[in-house]
Amino acid sequence: MKFAVIVFPGSNCDRDMYHAVQDSLGEEAKLVWYEDADLVEFDAILLPGGFSYGDYLRSGAIAATSNIVNQIKQKASEGMPILGVCNGFQVLLESGLLPGAMLRNKKLKFMCHQEELVVENNQTQFTSSYEEKETISLPIAHGEGNYYCDEKVLAELEANGQIVFRYADNPNGSVGDIAGIINEQGNVLGMMPHPERATEAVLGSDDGLKLFKSVVNHWREAYVAGV
Amino acid sequence: MKTVKIFITLKHGVLDPQGKAVQESLNKLGFPEVKGARVGKYMELQLDDHADIDQQIKEMCAKLLANPVIEDYQYTIEEGAVQ
Repeated sequence: MKFAVIVFPGSNCDRDMYHAVQDSLGEEAKLVWYEDADLVEFDAILLPGGFSYGDYLRSGAIAATSNIVNQIKQKASEGMPILGVCNGFQVLLESGLLPGAMLRNKKLKFMCHQEELVVENNQTQFTSSYEEKETISLPIAHGEGNYYCDEKVLAELEANGQIVFRYADNPNGSVGDIAGIINEQGNVLGMMPHPERATEAVLGSDDGLKLFKSVVNHWREAYVAGV
Repeated sequence: MKTVKIFITLKHGVLDPQGKAVQESLNKLGFPEVKGARVGKYMELQLDDHADIDQQIKEMCAKLLANPVIEDYQYTIEEGAVQ
């Protein structure tokens, strides 16, 4: 399976993402500069964390206007798995691929530590290797991870099972303790915690690896059945 | 040439942690009368004259300058460019 890791000016988790796929997962990854990108050859798209365009205006807002986001929207509508982590999640929100927006953390601090998450929905192509309600440990590293949506959108997310991860102990003020959400079609996942930084025990946790394994398993079943 | 002054603020009902910190600091500095503070953004755009300038500005705000999920905006249009 071939993963594109999109690199924007200011991305800084792109190599972590690359390492997670290439070395921990054992699949093929390619770093793709946002201007050169042609996504035809890929099976999945990864939007890494960082500070694209220096977080100018709003986190992810400028990146969301780039040409590659149009390609990503096209691929999303075709059903390609797309994962946005941290700033990647912010880009997905700003581009309208996922509902809601990010505010500054409730306590206004940049937070960088391990957090416990509960897997709320393990019936997605990103989470099928987890148990339902499994508690996992992933690092967070953000200053604007305070997820916000209005009550109507929150009710829809709840009703559709689109809340995939919740914080066990909400660190940033997100509504509904939301740490990660998926689109209605089930192929675009955005999350603030970093699964790519938790793919080997030596990193403090390998709980993130199951997310990538789930994606590969789903892809094999869907596209290379019988191989 | 026109100068457009745009004010972007968090919607009422959306928690503004920055505004809250500003309010608390003002209270500590001896301004107990400050009961609320909200922090927003101010932008100035210089635009060529355009027949449909209101429509243009609204489109800019919707597409980039403001995030309609969390932010409201107001603007004024003035003649000439800011020096």
